Amino acid sequence: MSILVDENSRIIIQGITGRDATTMSKEMMEYGANVVGGVTPGKEGLEVHGIPVYDCVKDAVASSSANASVVSVPPAFAKDAILESVENGIKVMLVLTERIPRQDVIEAIEFANSHGVYMIGPNSGGIISPGKTRLGYLGGNEIHRTFFQGPVGIMSRSGGMTTEIANLLTVEGLGQSTAVSIGGDPIIGMTYVDYLKLFEKDPETQGIVLYGEPGGMKEESAAEFIKGGGFSKPVVAFFGGKFVDDMPGKRFGHASVIVQGDSGSIKKKTRALKEGGVAVVETYSEIAPIMKKLLNR
Amino acid sequence: MRLYEHEGKKLAQSFGIAIPKGQMTESWDEAKNAAKNLRYPLALKAQVLSGGRGKRGGIRFCDEEKDLEASVKEMLSEKIDQLEINSILIEEKLDIEKEYYVGITSDEGRKKNVIILSESGGINVEEAAASGKVKKKYTDIAYGLPGYKAKEISKDIGLSGKALMGFSNIISRLYQLYMQYDATIAEINPLVLTTDGSIVAVDMRIDIDDDALFRQKDKLISMGIQIREERGREPTPLEMKAKKVDEIDHRGVAGRFVEFDGDIGLIIGGGGASLCIFDSIRNYGGKPANYCEIGGNPTVSKLKGLTKLLLTKPGIKGIGVITNVLSNTRVDLIARAVILAFMELEIDIQTFPIIFRSAGSYEKDGYKILEKYGIKYFNRTHSMDEAAKHVVSMVREIGGK
Repeated sequence: MSILVDENSRIIIQGITGRDATTMSKEMMEYGANVVGGVTPGKEGLEVHGIPVYDCVKDAVASSSANASVVSVPPAFAKDAILESVENGIKVMLVLTERIPRQDVIEAIEFANSHGVYMIGPNSGGIISPGKTRLGYLGGNEIHRTFFQGPVGIMSRSGGMTTEIANLLTVEGLGQSTAVSIGGDPIIGMTYVDYLKLFEKDPETQGIVLYGEPGGMKEESAAEFIKGGGFSKPVVAFFGGKFVDDMPGKRFGHASVIVQGDSGSIKKKTRALKEGGVAVVETYSEIAPIMKKLLNR
Repeated sequence: MRLYEHEGKKLAQSFGIAIPKGQMTESWDEAKNAAKNLRYPLALKAQVLSGGRGKRGGIRFCDEEKDLEASVKEMLSEKIDQLEINSILIEEKLDIEKEYYVGITSDEGRKKNVIILSESGGINVEEAAASGKVKKKYTDIAYGLPGYKAKEISKDIGLSGKALMGFSNIISRLYQLYMQYDATIAEINPLVLTTDGSIVAVDMRIDIDDDALFRQKDKLISMGIQIREERGREPTPLEMKAKKVDEIDHRGVAGRFVEFDGDIGLIIGGGGASLCIFDSIRNYGGKPANYCEIGGNPTVSKLKGLTKLLLTKPGIKGIGVITNVLSNTRVDLIARAVILAFMELEIDIQTFPIIFRSAGSYEKDGYKILEKYGIKYFNRTHSMDEAAKHVVSMVREIGGK
């Protein structure tokens, strides 16, 4: 098992004719992902690496029974692309697009939620269930050296750190069930708690690595959920950007990384997670050894 | 993009929200003329993009005409948070019965817009959003803010009669402004009930979503509001050069750059990894010369430009080229760019303290290049943390060029 995506995911790529999306589609297929169609308005009839391109999601879904979508369109069109997929019955959606206007994101999430759609991102790097399928950029062209199937789930506010943490685990012989880059924006579709609910029910997942950053309350919400008994498996957490605690009001990296007074500080987040029984490691090199210990390996 | 108070008030006024009578001035002459049309006592408000301006001399009151000149001249010669005061908004001071707080922003946890109302003014929006003492209402995009919700929240803070109707009206108008201008924050703080029963926005804070400027730009300009990209302090000369480097072409990012006064130059990426690497350097006692992010597979010329900027920054003793396992950005291009920068500046890369840690996309080609030039590198079996530790100790031992 795994969560959200696996060998049964039938995937369409919205914005498939874009330069990056074209490369991504090829890498996804090389990994065994079942990419069944692409959508770029005005380009129906084209093929990208043998994948048929449609004008509308409706036609792509009708001819392929797609159930998952990757949104890789420019920010101004992202809301429309998301609404279109939701309307046409897509159940799992990965939104890669960065810098979508805040109100568009809120509207898209509202619509996705009202239709029971799982929305990953925006500003996500992707999701991968090793050995089964991959959606998005995670892993690049050296994916087999970085990810392999196993017991650890990863959820991370950074795409690059999703890959980096998978590599750390892989070097230590720990495979991954599903690794997801949840998105670097303040407002995103699924947050840690949504993933924890799914990981809890997934028999393949025995433990979780959580990568957090300064800003917002997402880690605190996860801590509360775990503390309340919502998640029973071991969790190892690691934070990037501890230095931001010393520089309140200044924005680094992702749009969501900002500390205002005490709000959003790593100190506060660390305290909350520890109270929830989470192993918060200080350095990054401890992630894999501690996870091994917690899993008795 | 954060708006100045007077800009925010201009927008508010266009939505029918009452503001105090006043005028913008940039000199004593202008102030003198402006004051002729205003009734004393006056409030002098420095137009700077800095919170808590009132506590730092950014707001003064003038009871009589004879005090005006000294106050205006003093204010125009001062700074708040290192920001020069170039203009002053002069307004008639109101007779205040009671101050309130009204704010609209988005709530990260609920993923909805939230209206926040409080009986006490003078708090900021972040505190307000986190506080349990304020009243909140969440809205759906699909239904907007129905009038009854605006009335409910006004009632929640104890308003009744004419004040209740007036407040709910202003809340509805502020919500329209918030939505129509893609604001991330729209705040009236304080919203004032005057002794004669009118409701007036005494201070405004409006932040426009940078990611929505593409569709707000024209509207803002037509309201006389200039588009500003930078916020906070002025960029340093090195930061401006880094921005130019990033603008060489549109492929990838190699110039989100913040300068610090340390001695270890960092070429690091991507978004999350940069945060982790910066932590590691500090954790081992190193002093970073900069924070940066590379990502999205930038071109060799951009990466080379960035490396050269760091190598020529006075006091640089070592360079850390450290990234996470890369999915998109190519290891070989980073290697080539860094080596080219050293060659063009005629710095011997074999003796200069530099560590290279990268893996992922095109790593084999990258390592081949590094080996050819005798550069010490770490691959995916060494963590970014180890690389950071290594460059800190190199700088400590060798002490630079």
